[in-house]
Amino acid sequence: MSVTVSMTVNGKAVSGNVEPRTLLVQFLRDHLRLTGTHVGCDTSQCGACVVHLDGVSVKSCTMLTVQAEGAAVTTIEGLAQGDRLHPMQEAFRENHGLQCGFCTPGMVMSAIDLVRDNPEITEDEIRKGIDGNLCRCTGYHNIVKSIKAGAAAMKG
Amino acid sequence: MYEFDHRRPGTLADALDALRAADDGTVLAGGQTLLPTLKQRLASPSDLIDLSGIAELQGIAIDGDAVVIGAMTRHADVAASSEVQQKIPALAALAGDIGDRQVRNRGTLGGSVANNDPAADYPAACLALGATIKTSAREIAADDFFTGLFETALEDDEVVTAVRFPAPDKAAYMKFKNPASRYAIVGVFVARTADGVRVAVTGAGDGGVFRVPEMESALAANFTPSALEGIAVPPDDLNSDIHASAEYRAHLVGVMARRAVAACG
Repeated sequence: MSVTVSMTVNGKAVSGNVEPRTLLVQFLRDHLRLTGTHVGCDTSQCGACVVHLDGVSVKSCTMLTVQAEGAAVTTIEGLAQGDRLHPMQEAFRENHGLQCGFCTPGMVMSAIDLVRDNPEITEDEIRKGIDGNLCRCTGYHNIVKSIKAGAAAMKG
Repeated sequence: MYEFDHRRPGTLADALDALRAADDGTVLAGGQTLLPTLKQRLASPSDLIDLSGIAELQGIAIDGDAVVIGAMTRHADVAASSEVQQKIPALAALAGDIGDRQVRNRGTLGGSVANNDPAADYPAACLALGATIKTSAREIAADDFFTGLFETALEDDEVVTAVRFPAPDKAAYMKFKNPASRYAIVGVFVARTADGVRVAVTGAGDGGVFRVPEMESALAANFTPSALEGIAVPPDDLNSDIHASAEYRAHLVGVMARRAVAACG
């Protein structure tokens, strides 16, 4: 039995018919074709599926679509303003904060949520703060560098 | 996942009605344990009764010398609460170290307590602080609430509504984490109150969270880490898995308890 859901995704009102068991990440990827949000481990550990739900980071593989009813969701596709990247995306580009790129959308979404609370964030706080995101290339050094630069750019 | 119906009642009374009416209903709080369980097809409820729309289950209030936290309050909100930080800083710190940031933005106090995972953090805080679990039907002392592995005193049609944590004189929680899941391999919560000292251990026991009376009486006489020297928890009733043997966990209980006492200052 399908149900109707409505929410705001990247500033646009969307609705769709889903089964109650449809995960939020499936709705984003398969129904809305927003495939920037990735499914990595599918067990809430890797963070490739992180999106913002009403402004905070969540793992969209560990949420039902129906739980996002009425909410505002932001995905990696919703960050840039036209051709202008979000400062955190730009910081990842400038600092080579990605290798294969699979974990990057989740890393960027987690990083924005992390530094929003704490613009003066230290390297140690970044390393602890992204413990819900895994990079299989192990490119953490430049990811941490990117987040520090992105935090400074977002503040400015 | 197997199919189910999703219901999102607006009041506790409607939630209880929905739970009683369902063939095999399950309560959905933050879903950080329930959804992975459903995805693995380890459960097949007919209905998920989603408590997220019930305002009376949300929020943090001071009640005399205690903090009362609504069951649907997220870990991130407990960690960030100035009331909790002021009254029971060890509880705010515990909430801020559960899982990862994204789990803390979804997971709830009530969900953790009702699930009673043997490696969850909140059960240790409830037991050590002498918390009272408030439900839709009654109030249950933490000592009577956690009854075994994933088992609690809750009836099938009973829902946790809030937890009342009395503020201690001093308290601290020390956790040795599994580096992948961040669940406690061993976590020890030590609390000193006017009534004495309570020591609760999570992550280690094969029946879930437990107290250590020998440590409690030693610390009541002398509240220093050295008072715990020579007190060993026998490994007989402790978990053994690929992450840690029962003997190693027994050792960690002593280490974490001494660190927690030291952290009490």
